[in-house]
Amino acid sequence: MEEYLILMRLDLLTREAQPSPEQMQEYMKQYHSWIAGIVAEGKFAGGKGLSTEGKVLKPGNVMTDGPYAETKESLAGFIVIRTGNFDDAVRLAAQCPILNGEGNSVEVRKIVSVHEQ
Amino acid sequence: MSSEAQIPHLFRTEYRKIVSVLCRHFGFREIEVAEDIASDTFLVAMQAWGIEGPPPNPAGWLYSTAKNKAKNYLHRHSIYEEKVLPEVRTGWDGDTELEIDLTPGNIYDSQLQMMFAVCHPSISGESQVGLALRVLCGFGIQEIADAFLTTKEVVNKRLTRAKERLRGVDIQIEMPPADQIDVRLEPVLTTIYLLFNEGYYSISQDRALRKDVCLEAMRLCTMLVENAATNKPQVNALLAMMCFHASRFDARIDASGDLVLYGEQDTSLWNEDLIMNGAVFLKAAASGSILSRYHLEAGIAYWHTQKEDIPDKWSNIVYFYDQLLKLNYTPVAALNRLFALSKLKGKLAVIQEAEALAIENNPFYFALLGELYTGVDQHKALANLDNALQLARTTAEQQAIGKQISALQKG
Repeated sequence: MEEYLILMRLDLLTREAQPSPEQMQEYMKQYHSWIAGIVAEGKFAGGKGLSTEGKVLKPGNVMTDGPYAETKESLAGFIVIRTGNFDDAVRLAAQCPILNGEGNSVEVRKIVSVHEQ
Repeated sequence: MSSEAQIPHLFRTEYRKIVSVLCRHFGFREIEVAEDIASDTFLVAMQAWGIEGPPPNPAGWLYSTAKNKAKNYLHRHSIYEEKVLPEVRTGWDGDTELEIDLTPGNIYDSQLQMMFAVCHPSISGESQVGLALRVLCGFGIQEIADAFLTTKEVVNKRLTRAKERLRGVDIQIEMPPADQIDVRLEPVLTTIYLLFNEGYYSISQDRALRKDVCLEAMRLCTMLVENAATNKPQVNALLAMMCFHASRFDARIDASGDLVLYGEQDTSLWNEDLIMNGAVFLKAAASGSILSRYHLEAGIAYWHTQKEDIPDKWSNIVYFYDQLLKLNYTPVAALNRLFALSKLKGKLAVIQEAEALAIENNPFYFALLGELYTGVDQHKALANLDNALQLARTTAEQQAIGKQISALQKG
């Protein structure tokens, strides 16, 4: 079994693109059933949503209010899934409902472990 | 998933509460900040609840998230004021943070006060309705655009301009003093009335959305009735009118979404509960010395809920229309009065009076003449209905008139 990190990024800058509260409630439900599907396959290993506040630190004591000071996309949450291969991880990630939103993206990364080599 | 989180419209309901409380806290000048913090709160909720499932107390979770975001905003704001603008110190220091009060009492008061702020005569009726849908009802820009059959850009521009205007008149979020309640209620009631009409007569084909808009207008009016200071006869009259009209919501649009004319509706689909509630509010409206247009329109609407075609029904409707026209003349009310009069006195007796109105640019004028000539002079009936069809502004109107024409051609 391998572990994959799925990172979800939302386009926060385009204010006009902001969904209505009603739509957000609907997205939340879609989101939840996507996760439920992964849990049902026994492949969910954990995850969290992130608040929109944050700080970005840089060399030389540079600190800015983040996370979206410089990038249009903001990391909104992540989950870790356990599955046999990359293709399956991508298949599950492709079903993430945030991909219905213009400007959003989902990134799949294999987690490398020293001990299980 | 907890049952609470499945409450329909939970996000919409909580959005308007959070915006009202924050806006009252920050002042109307900062309404965009309040809107942003509320939107941000739901964005985080969407993500966190999506992954972990909704919390046991969804509203409480939203409030504490919104509070934290507001505190962060105030903190950043104070840094700016202290470091960048030291000369304009507001006296606020970071240690004595004012607690954002999201208790039920303050939520209710804030929403009520926001109503008086947003429903302001300095902005156009369209803007009042748009802003009310956004700030008082929690609708999204796209939903408002759908209701008005316009684009998001147009709605955004309209709302931005309306907020600018309200800042310009330095609008305060507060209850009007007791001796000014009647005067200040007037624009609020006008907005609620327009909001209801927007839903009831909207050109939008989205039936569920239209019903939501009507229910929102009734909810806002109910808040005014529940508050001792604003529980006035004219407020009850408006609520009664909306209940009576809303009772026909399911009967006036058929399964395929077409408009069903009053005379052809299946009266078993009329909602008896709403009619009964309307009667209660109408009774509560019958006090004091003000006879508002809402009293008269509620009277008209009440008699329309009577199923039997008795002479009393139409004579009362005509009577109320006579009063309404004296108070506030509109061509549509004049046409409606003539329709009621024809039910009372017969078509022939009314045709001359109708033609004297000569409202040549109004589809309802020709539709009325078409109706009056039906069974009297088929040729003239058809000619008038054709005119009405040419002038009809919505597909629903076109369909309704088209049906009348084909019925006439068959008969």
